[in-house]
Amino acid sequence: MSKLEHHGTYTPTSGVGKWIDARMPLPRLMYDSFVAYPVPRNLNYAYTFGGILSIFLVIQIVTGIVLAMHYVPDATKAFDSVEHIMRDVNSGWLMRYMHQNGAHFFFLAVYLHIFRGLYYGSYKAPRELLWILGCIIYLLMMATAFMGYVLPWGQMSFWGATVITGFFTAFPVIGVPIQELLLGGFAVGDPTLNRFFSLHYLLPFMIAGVVILHVWALHVTGQTNPTGIEVKSKTDTVPFTPYATIKDAFALILFLALYAYFVFYMPNFLGHADNYIPADPMVTPAHIVPEWYFLPFYAILRAITFDIGPITAKLGGVIAMFSAVLVLFVVPWLDTSKVRSAVYRPWYKLAFWLFVINSVFLGWLGSQPAEGVYVALAQLSTAIYFGFFLIVMPVLGLVEKPRRLPNSITEAVLERSAKTGGGSPQLGDATASADKS
Amino acid sequence: MKNLVVKLGAAAIAATVMATGAWAASAYPKNKPREQDWSFAGPFGMYDQAQLQRGLKIYAENCSACHALSRVNFRNLADLGYSDEQIKAFAANYEVEDGPDDFGDMFFRPATAADAFPSPFPNKEAARAANGGAYPPDLSLIAKARAPIRGFPAFVIDPFRNYAENGPDYIYSLLTGYKDEVPEDVSVPEGLWYNPYFASGTALAMAPPLFEGMHEFDDGTEATVSNMAKDVAAFLMWTAEPHMDERKQLGFRVMVFLLIFAALLYLSKKQVWARVEH
Amino acid sequence: MTDATQEPEGELPTRRDFIYVATGMMGVVGAAAAAWPFIDQMRPDAAVRAAGLPIEVDLSAIEPGGTIVVTWRSKPYFIRQLLDDEIAAADTLGEGDMKEYQPAAERIAGPDGAETRNWVIVSATCTHLGCVPNIVDNAPEGWFCPCHGSVFDMVGRILRGPAATNLPLPPYVFADESTLIVGSDQV
Repeated sequence: MSKLEHHGTYTPTSGVGKWIDARMPLPRLMYDSFVAYPVPRNLNYAYTFGGILSIFLVIQIVTGIVLAMHYVPDATKAFDSVEHIMRDVNSGWLMRYMHQNGAHFFFLAVYLHIFRGLYYGSYKAPRELLWILGCIIYLLMMATAFMGYVLPWGQMSFWGATVITGFFTAFPVIGVPIQELLLGGFAVGDPTLNRFFSLHYLLPFMIAGVVILHVWALHVTGQTNPTGIEVKSKTDTVPFTPYATIKDAFALILFLALYAYFVFYMPNFLGHADNYIPADPMVTPAHIVPEWYFLPFYAILRAITFDIGPITAKLGGVIAMFSAVLVLFVVPWLDTSKVRSAVYRPWYKLAFWLFVINSVFLGWLGSQPAEGVYVALAQLSTAIYFGFFLIVMPVLGLVEKPRRLPNSITEAVLERSAKTGGGSPQLGDATASADKS
Repeated sequence: MKNLVVKLGAAAIAATVMATGAWAASAYPKNKPREQDWSFAGPFGMYDQAQLQRGLKIYAENCSACHALSRVNFRNLADLGYSDEQIKAFAANYEVEDGPDDFGDMFFRPATAADAFPSPFPNKEAARAANGGAYPPDLSLIAKARAPIRGFPAFVIDPFRNYAENGPDYIYSLLTGYKDEVPEDVSVPEGLWYNPYFASGTALAMAPPLFEGMHEFDDGTEATVSNMAKDVAAFLMWTAEPHMDERKQLGFRVMVFLLIFAALLYLSKKQVWARVEH
Repeated sequence: MTDATQEPEGELPTRRDFIYVATGMMGVVGAAAAAWPFIDQMRPDAAVRAAGLPIEVDLSAIEPGGTIVVTWRSKPYFIRQLLDDEIAAADTLGEGDMKEYQPAAERIAGPDGAETRNWVIVSATCTHLGCVPNIVDNAPEGWFCPCHGSVFDMVGRILRGPAATNLPLPPYVFADESTLIVGSDQV
C-alpha cells in the first residue's frame, strides 16, 4: 500500500468522540483498520480464512475459559472432571464439543490459509515478516493443540504425551534431561499435566498477541490479491467495510455451519475412541495415531528409517519432522520467481497442486503402520515434500516463463468482466478512498 | 549410565513405533461390526425410552455382577422416563458406602437418587482377582470408547451419511458374535471365548452373557439374544452420551439458523457488490 | 450502507434496506442465543443440585435448651430446642423491640401431636453479610454475630445491629416425633 492510500478519513462528530480522539485515538485506529482500510477489489473467497481464523481463536479462548472453570488438572481427577462437564454441567457437553471440534476446524482453516498464501505468493517481498509471524502462530497453535489434547487424560492423551516428549530423547546427551525438564518427572504424570494445563491456558493469549502483530504487518503492506500485482491506484481497491466485511461474514457463517454439523451430529468423528478410556500408564493402546492435523509430520518422522553418517535414524526422523515445519520460515527466500501469483505461473501452479495432493497423501501415510510398502511410500512422499520447497521453488523461479501480466488490478478486473459479462465494463462507484460522507 | 538412559529412551520409542505398526498386522477385530438400525441414528434420531428401560433391566440383572457403571447416577434415570418415586425406590435396592459417622466409622446405607451406581468391586485389582486376571471394564463410556477403525473409504463417506453408531454396532456384534466353532487357523487360549468381533484379540474372558428367554419384559418384547443385545447396546449408548437427544434438537435449531443467516448474508453481499466490478 | 438518500431509485432501496436490516437482526439474535450457554454453564450443575436434596435430622439427641448446626445445600442451619422460659422471654418482645416484627409463635414449630411446640429452625447465615452468628443463652437474646455485632433473639428475629431482616426459615417438616426434614415442607 505504501502510503498510497492515505489513511485517516475518520472525523469524530460528537464531543465525546473528539475528546477521546485527542487523547487515545482508539476509535480512529479501529475505523482506519476495519472500515476505511482499502482492500483490493478482486479478493476471492480464499482470502476469507484470516477472518475465520480470528473468530475461531475467539471461540477456542471463550469455550476454553468456560471449561477451565470446571476442569481439574489432577491425574486422578482430570478424566472425571471432563466427564462431569459432559454430564452434569449445564450446557457442558456443548462447551466441550465446541472446544474439541473447534481445534480441528481451527487447523482446517489455518491449512487453507497457508495453502492460499503459497498459491498466490503472499510470502514474497515486502511481506516476509507477515509470513514469518504467521508461521510463528502456526507453531504456537501446534504446541497449544498438543498440550490441550493431553488434558482429558485419556489413553491417547497420556501416550501421545509420552511419544511426543520422547522426540527429545533423540538428541544425544541433552535429550533425556530436556525430556525430564518437560515432564517434571521420569514419565508423564501429575507434574506434566499441571504444567501443560498452565501452558495450554497461556499460549492462546500469546497467539492472540502475535495475531495482532500479524494484522499490523498486514495493514502496513496491504493484502495481496489473486493477480499478485500491488495496488497502484485508488480504483484498485474498495473500503474494507462493507465490501470485505460482508463477504467475510458470509464465508464465516458457511464455515460455522460445517463446524456446527460436526459439533452437533458427529462430535466424536474427528477424535479417537481410545481417549474415552482413562489413562493407564501400564497399558499402551494398540495403535497410537496423532490427530489428523499432525499426521503429515508424523509420516515424515517415521519415514527416516536409515542412519545418515553419525545421525541415527531416530534423530534423523526428528530432525526431518522439525525441518518440515521450519522450512516454511524460509519460503520467502526460496522462491526466486519475479511473479508472485500462481495464476500467471503454469508450472508452479502444477507443482503447487502436486504438493497439496502429496501433503494429503503424507497425512494418510501417517495414519498407516510404518512397515512394508508404506515406509517406501512415506520416503518418496517426504522427498517430494522437501523437493517442492528446496528444489522446485528456487529452480522454477529461474527457468519458468510466466504468462503475460496485466498492468494493474483494475485492468485485470475489467479484462475478466469483459470476457464474462456482456455490457461495457466499468468499475462501479466504490473505491477505497471514495469517501462519500 | 547416561548412555543406558538414552538407549532405554530409544527402546521405548522403538517399541511405541512398533506397537503403532502392530495393529495392522494383528488386524482386530477380525469381522467388522454389523450395522444395525438404531432409533437414535441420523440427525433426527432419538433414544427409545422403552428400549433403554429394557437395557437397564439387562444391565442391572446381568452385567452389573461384574461391570461397574460408575459415571451414571440414579437421578439420571429420569431420562429413561422414570418418576422421582420410581427412581428413589430403585436406588434403595442398592447399598452405598458413606461416612465417616460420628465415631469415625464408614457405614452402608441405601442409595439415593444423588448416588452413582455402586461398583461390583472395590478396585481394579479386586476385579481382576475375581475374574481370572481379566478386568471387566466400567461400562459408562464403553459405547464411545470402542470404535473399530473404519478405514478408507468408509471414513470419508461416514460424515455424509451421518454414521456415528460404530460403538453400539460393536457392542451388539460382540454380544451376538460368540462362535462355538473355532476356525482352524485360530488358536484360542484356555479359558477364553472365541469371538471374531472382539476388538483386541481372537477371544475374550467374558463368557457369552446373554441367553434366549433369560428375561421377561413388561412390554412383551421377546427375549431373544439379538433383541437383548440391541437393547443393552442402546442403553450403553445412552450412558455414554446422555445428552444426545438434547444435542440433536439444539443442533437442528442451530443449523436452520445458520443456513437462513447464510442466505441473508449472501443476498446482502450481492447487494453490496451489485454495482462494483471485482 | 443503508443510507437511502444516496440511492434515489424508487422501490429498490426498500428491498435493500429490508435485507440489510433482516441480516443485522439475525446477527444480533444469533449472538444473544449463542451467549446463553456460556452464562448457563455457571449455574449450579446437576450434581450440585442433586446433592442439595432435603436432609433428615434425628432430634432425639438434642437436649432441651441445646442447639445443633446442620448443613443443607452447603449452608449451615440452626436447630434449637427452646426452654419454656426462653419462649416466654421471646413472647414479651413487641413490635417496638425489633426491626422486622413477626410473632414468635410463627417461628416456633413442633411435631404433630406433641405437647409443646418448642423447636426453632433458622438459617445460620447472618442476613447482614453472611457470617455464622454465635449462640448465646441470654434470653431474650439468642444469637450474636461476631462479624458486625447483629443481635438476634431466641427465635432468630433481628433486635439490633446492622442486619436488617430476621434469620430466614428454611422449608422443613417433622416426619415424626423425633425426625426433622430440612429442605422440604413435605414428608
